[in-house]
Amino acid sequence: MTDAGEAIARAHREEWARVVATLCRRFGDLDIAEEMAAEAFATAVERWPADGVPPNPGGWLTTTAHRKAVDRLRREARRDDKHREALMLSDTAEPLGAIDDDRLRLIFTCCHPALAIQTRVALTLRMVGGLTVPEIARAFLAQEPAMGRRITRAKEKIKAARIPYRVPAREDLPERVTGVLAVLFLIFNEGYLASDPGRPAVRADLTAEAIRLTRLVLALMPADGEVAGLLALMLLTEARRPARVSASGELVALGDQDRGAWDRELIAEGHALVRTRLASGQAPGRYQILAAVNAVHTDAPDVRDTDWSQVLALYDQLIVLDPSPIVRLNRAIAVAELDGPQVALAQIDALPLDGYHAFHATRADLLRRLGRSAQSRAAYDRAIELTGNTAELACLRHRRDQLAGA
Amino acid sequence: MAQYLFSVLDDKSNSGTDEEMVAIHAFNKQLQADGHWVFAGGLASPATATVVDGRDGPPVFTDGPYLESKEFMAGFWVIEAADLDVALRIAAGASKACNRRLEIRPFLGR
Repeated sequence: MTDAGEAIARAHREEWARVVATLCRRFGDLDIAEEMAAEAFATAVERWPADGVPPNPGGWLTTTAHRKAVDRLRREARRDDKHREALMLSDTAEPLGAIDDDRLRLIFTCCHPALAIQTRVALTLRMVGGLTVPEIARAFLAQEPAMGRRITRAKEKIKAARIPYRVPAREDLPERVTGVLAVLFLIFNEGYLASDPGRPAVRADLTAEAIRLTRLVLALMPADGEVAGLLALMLLTEARRPARVSASGELVALGDQDRGAWDRELIAEGHALVRTRLASGQAPGRYQILAAVNAVHTDAPDVRDTDWSQVLALYDQLIVLDPSPIVRLNRAIAVAELDGPQVALAQIDALPLDGYHAFHATRADLLRRLGRSAQSRAAYDRAIELTGNTAELACLRHRRDQLAGA
Repeated sequence: MAQYLFSVLDDKSNSGTDEEMVAIHAFNKQLQADGHWVFAGGLASPATATVVDGRDGPPVFTDGPYLESKEFMAGFWVIEAADLDVALRIAAGASKACNRRLEIRPFLGR
């Protein structure tokens, strides 16, 4: 790539959200902000290779996008009073150059609870992440026009229903932050364990994007323990990615992974975040607890070194916050290591998780360890029926076929 | 300031209990005190509706609602709020007061 090409790619990564967010505050219109940011980047593609990269690429892009927006609004103002008003708004100029808060405003707007969750994901990837509509459509295996319409409808709703462009009021903040983190975690999980059999099992582009966005949110809200917890959880999960799928395309269970292939740098960063949260003395939320569980796993050089009593203690803490069947199921995995598969099986058998593949996969594994092959096989069959991920499917089939008497 | 319509969803009309009416009354007093109040009211059942078409020639009156559906608008509020966050908070209180689900929709801007 040329120097200018690299500079544009870097500016896109680092400055897109800032340009959109600044314009959105100045013009009160996501649509104009998005279009003019895209035009400014297109202009950079034309001009930078010839004119050279400007000394302050972000400033150049914001100024260019701003000028384009003003030009367009002037043109439209001749026809339309509404745009004249927007133009006046833009002339009451605060100095250019974004306040960091603008990006936070943008994130909260895109993740507003009045929007459907898939819409929040798409809008966040477009407005904050800078992914194009075709890229987002590909990531979620949706038709491009349908994805485009979804984003357009969301922008229209934001405008018509007056979804505000601001950081929520203090009393709403914890719940709204939880909503933002849910969107980021959904993007990560879709990358980490793609739910569709038509897609690759692990989507590094989506996990990387989720981590990048979560880093941004943490930079904007450094005091929020759950944001740090979610980032740590993502890093410690992502660190295991190189060992997670075998050469033959099978998902490799945590206990069977080649721990030498884990990414030490990501683990060190994740552990540091977890330690900082522990040192804060504040009661941890769910992401911080899950990050701590992953810290225990990534701390063990061999699966036999895993401190299962620590894992169990963390799940006990999590159950107080979230007594859901899925948490109970995950807790039982630690119970199996400490008290044996029989005890664990008794704790999960009655859980109302019949439609959840991991429930059957866990049961199958416990039954296998108890030598109850026929029941184990039936549980694997049910898990295979329910799972959509190709690598997981391969792993489950392999395990089923290894059962005694196969 | 924007205005929003809260449609109270129900499958019966005039079905509010005494306690609900007390809660709605108190809620409305607060709305007025806070400057959000525009208008509110309960509606008679869809069976009392008449569709009117006066577009062309003598008006045509049709007995009954335009759309038959299990749930309908049993009452409504029109409120004024700075933005959707404020409106959603008010709507949550309204839903609690009348003990029904609501649909919230913005009026078209100028």
